[in-house]
Amino acid sequence: MELLTEEKLVVLEENADKIRSLIIEMLLEAGSGHSAGPLGMADIFSAFYFHILNHDPKNPDWADRDRLILSNGHICPVRYGAMALSGYFPIEELQTLRKINSRLQGHPHRTALPGVENTSGPLGEGLSQAIGVSLAAKLDGRKYHVYAVTSDGEHEEGNTWEAIMFAGKLKINNLTVVIDRNNIQIDGNTEDIMPLEPLSKKYEAFNWHVIEIDGNNIRMFIDSINEALAITEKPTVIIANTIPGKGVSFMEKDFHWHGTAPDKEQAKKALEELRTLRGKIEHEGQ
Amino acid sequence: MLNPDLKLNPKIFDQDVEKKATRDGYGEALAELGEKNKDVVVLTADLSESTRCEKFAAKFPERFFECGVAEQNMAAIAAGLGVSGKIPFISSYATFSPGKNWETIRTTIIYNNSNVKIAGHHAGIMTGPDGATHQATEDIAVTRCWPGIKVLVPCDSIEAKKVTLAAGETDGPIYLRFTRDKSPIITTEDTPFNIDKMQTFWLSDNPQSVIFTTGYMLYYSLFAAKELEETGINVLVANASTIKPLDGQTILDLVNQTGNAVTVEDHQTTGGLGGAIAEFLAENRPVPLEFVGLKDTFAESGKPEELIEKYGMGIEAIKDAVKKAIKRKSL
Repeated sequence: MELLTEEKLVVLEENADKIRSLIIEMLLEAGSGHSAGPLGMADIFSAFYFHILNHDPKNPDWADRDRLILSNGHICPVRYGAMALSGYFPIEELQTLRKINSRLQGHPHRTALPGVENTSGPLGEGLSQAIGVSLAAKLDGRKYHVYAVTSDGEHEEGNTWEAIMFAGKLKINNLTVVIDRNNIQIDGNTEDIMPLEPLSKKYEAFNWHVIEIDGNNIRMFIDSINEALAITEKPTVIIANTIPGKGVSFMEKDFHWHGTAPDKEQAKKALEELRTLRGKIEHEGQ
Repeated sequence: MLNPDLKLNPKIFDQDVEKKATRDGYGEALAELGEKNKDVVVLTADLSESTRCEKFAAKFPERFFECGVAEQNMAAIAAGLGVSGKIPFISSYATFSPGKNWETIRTTIIYNNSNVKIAGHHAGIMTGPDGATHQATEDIAVTRCWPGIKVLVPCDSIEAKKVTLAAGETDGPIYLRFTRDKSPIITTEDTPFNIDKMQTFWLSDNPQSVIFTTGYMLYYSLFAAKELEETGINVLVANASTIKPLDGQTILDLVNQTGNAVTVEDHQTTGGLGGAIAEFLAENRPVPLEFVGLKDTFAESGKPEELIEKYGMGIEAIKDAVKKAIKRKSL
């Protein structure tokens, strides 16, 4: 991974903002889908696709590419936005999200769109899939790194803990997990629905290295990835505290936006806010 | 008579016919596959000995993954390995895998098109004394409804080995069904096997009915055919070692000779082989059809032989079903 310069940081922040606009536009066109999660994770996906991942958008099957496994498939608009922006497919194709004959399925499907590493949506399964990919790399002596993005809500699934136990047992060190800790799920706030805290202590108890960060701070996130890559004696989890709906004031921290798409008025307002934000980033970057 | 072209075990009807569990054939094949192909990996959920992975595990420890009692994790890890060039076999009891982890397999293996082989062991009431919790009698139903999967059910340990070797060399998700107890050896090493082909094990002139069967129930079906022939009723017996995709041409060829059919399986008749044959015939060649198998009930603890009698799946039950099918045809 190259060094993160101030100039590069501005580019990553701008791209995060662009991804947010793309998310709003594609959700408006789709008429359904999830808003809060994708917006909250735009910074992390910008960092992944434009700085962290060793990948080639024109050669998505390249055997030595880093793998980004998305477990909480419902936030796929953020992945689609980042993929389109980085050149996997034309930006206009985002308008086909959730429509018939589209490669952009409502929940991501591996065989539908090159660059999508796993089919997901049903929660709690992605970490296990990521472990499988990590084991394959080790068996084949390949150097690629496996990143798995999971949600906090899916830590209510038993499968997630089965996988955490397994990775701890085998000390899988070519795997880094990022938890989108946004504290919301469909029915409410995670700590009301099913308390997850103390989440970091739980991971530590399962023999993981734990880093906790502000998930909307790109520099902090990239620093945490560098730390994770330096830890070789156990798997690392980055608990990324994110603001659901980040960047759109009326969506932020409101669990009602977990599984809802904006209407025309709301989208217009959201895009205006994001444009203003982009102006601010550009201004500060100068 | 036994089909001479299939070179079946000549001692099949003897009292002292050799018996071996199908899971043993699976275990032997795994070890052989491991030798042949370094991409073959095996995962189990705390059942390595009883699902016969221990030979593979001893030979290839770096390619064997003990997942503990966690069938969902096992399935999804295998899914990740399978999309990364590996050929994973996941080994557990069928009630747990593909039972407990059904949706995990659906999403991460079948829909995700990962090259995973799902080995469901302790299938059927043959699991016996363990009771109905451990007797998988719905596994064929819940796997064959998955788009694109292949469903294979060997009739004896020799065929189990062939089926497993074929699965390892066939791309895509496959479900393999194995049983716990020793069952009679029906085939020989020389018996031809083709994953796409249903074979007729019992032939007769002017047959009045045809029995479609799968797994070790083939043995009971062959016995029933032999006894029926002694009373002047000629039947055919076909071994559906591949339940999906069904060999439709062979089914039509046989049913066109008889005008009725019987299915025999150690599984619920709804959704199992019976269901599969019924779906095919309803669409292509509607004829009277009788089902032998579990009829919308769980079984219980007991010796396999006792359970087979109590739940109406033995030789007499098969013979009765054949007579009924023939009678219905003439109505």
